[in-house]
Amino acid sequence: MVESNIWVFAEQRQGRLADVGLELLGKGLEIAAPIGWKVAAVLLGHSLSELAEELLIYGAHEVLVADHPLLSSYCNQSYARILKNAIRKHHPEIFLSGATAMGTDLSARLAAKLRTGLSAHCIGLELSSERKLLAVVPGWGGNVLAKIYCPTTQPQVATVMPGVFEKPQRSNPRGKIIPVDVNIKPEDVTYQVLEIEKREIQEDTLEKSEVIVAGGWGIGNREEWHWVEEVASVLNGAVGATRPPVDEGWAKEGQMIGQSGRTVHPKLYIGVAISGQMHHMVGIRNAETVVAINQDPQAPIFEFCDIGLVGDYKEILPPFIEAVKRYSA
Amino acid sequence: MRIIVCLKPVPDPKHWSQLRLDPKTKTLIRGDIPSIINPLDRKALEAALQLREREGGEVVVLSMAPPNVIPVLREALAMGADRSILLSDAAFAGSDTLATAYIISAAIRKIFPFEFVLCGDQTLDGSTGQVSAQIAEFLDIPNLMHVSAIETHPECGYRVRSQIEHGNMWVKVKPPVALSVTKEINEPRYITLMNILEGERKTIENWSSKDLLLTEPWVGLKGSPSQMAEMFIPEAKRRLEMLSGVPSEMGKRLADRLHRLGYC
Repeated sequence: MVESNIWVFAEQRQGRLADVGLELLGKGLEIAAPIGWKVAAVLLGHSLSELAEELLIYGAHEVLVADHPLLSSYCNQSYARILKNAIRKHHPEIFLSGATAMGTDLSARLAAKLRTGLSAHCIGLELSSERKLLAVVPGWGGNVLAKIYCPTTQPQVATVMPGVFEKPQRSNPRGKIIPVDVNIKPEDVTYQVLEIEKREIQEDTLEKSEVIVAGGWGIGNREEWHWVEEVASVLNGAVGATRPPVDEGWAKEGQMIGQSGRTVHPKLYIGVAISGQMHHMVGIRNAETVVAINQDPQAPIFEFCDIGLVGDYKEILPPFIEAVKRYSA
Repeated sequence: MRIIVCLKPVPDPKHWSQLRLDPKTKTLIRGDIPSIINPLDRKALEAALQLREREGGEVVVLSMAPPNVIPVLREALAMGADRSILLSDAAFAGSDTLATAYIISAAIRKIFPFEFVLCGDQTLDGSTGQVSAQIAEFLDIPNLMHVSAIETHPECGYRVRSQIEHGNMWVKVKPPVALSVTKEINEPRYITLMNILEGERKTIENWSSKDLLLTEPWVGLKGSPSQMAEMFIPEAKRRLEMLSGVPSEMGKRLADRLHRLGYC
């Protein structure tokens, strides 16, 4: 008998759990605790026993496992069908997954199958006093935030941006592993993955960094980008960027912070020559201290920072770097 | 071959600073911000035109929107679409993504048969990126998102490249299939004066709810499971302090502050 009210999709590809699934497990446990709900991690694929144990170590009350050779390669139609059947059988209140390539795609089909609403790319989750999920969703490039809920349909489905929440602590397993019915035929796998091309993997240094120094369009050109990297280096931080430096090739795709990039929560964020468009700023909402350096005193970033410096970064940074080096020596 | 392109007119982001929140109704006041073709939908249309150029056939543009978006559909016709259908009905207003996908899938059933449904991966305004997958679900056909290449494959029909975290996957698909495309897929063509004149000669069909076989109640605000509890403009909960002085002093002062906070 499955008891969990909150189900979290434990995304895995090629035997590796995605961090976002663990982050959501942590958040699920946090919102479930005060009202005595249980949280299940839902795992689909093949040869999953190690991953299922891992999810118990991360605190899942239940790990629901659909293990079958035909599930070894992800296909949204077969995965969605199995999830739908399990959900119709056990009636969880909430189904969460990462706003990743897989999670977005799977949740969309699943919500349509279940005729329920889906809140996409959430940057916050709350539970209302009526125990309804309130999902905080950015719209209009982050200029507006909306709280979305599904008053009449069940379950409430949401995809959440990676990096918004923190992974739970590892501890002694207390939950149990429960197999899920897998009723699948070869023709249910409706497309065939021919090959996977891996890009150079930038491990998620941005999400893990306590200090992030990000540069924007105002840096001016590729030759000046080293300033951002140098500041990051003296503070032992990571380098981030807004979209234009990524489009221009000064920074890498994986360094982009914001609505279509990463969501980060460093202790210290320094924005250099960043104007502060909302689609970038939603990605750093959870930073503890925000420092902004910009020539333009009217730049919107000055409305969203703790410490502001108006001036040319090329004049401000050299004495700054020198002073930091002295302190660190 | 028939290729259906779903196209959403979105308010031009150049004017988004004019967006205001109505303090009473908590809804967005769009004012008279002009609409443009959602940029990724334009790429979907370009991908459709390239498929047609390679293999022949027909490109049908489908848009669910109020009637004032006609100029946007004209632009799609000028780019080279063969047919353009506007799904417009007061009953559709307030549809969430599930209702939108249901209505569009009903229209696609009416256009049947087809090989491809192409969409942009996300829209600028809502960015939920889920309608293409939900259309596919309602039509019971496969779908792939984040598609950055569509190739004709000698043995297997079609091969598409779909972006995933840390890479891409090449996937073999058999039409009919729904694909949503990323910005990497192509550079949409320019429109010439001749194109505009040709576009003017084509008609834009208008379909309302009466033209569609809508057997389920999932239409408009009432048929939408997702509701908005609250909408707000994110506020800065930060204490802004401006450091003063000439640049060299400011740099030093910032280092002092970060030292006191324990960062160096």
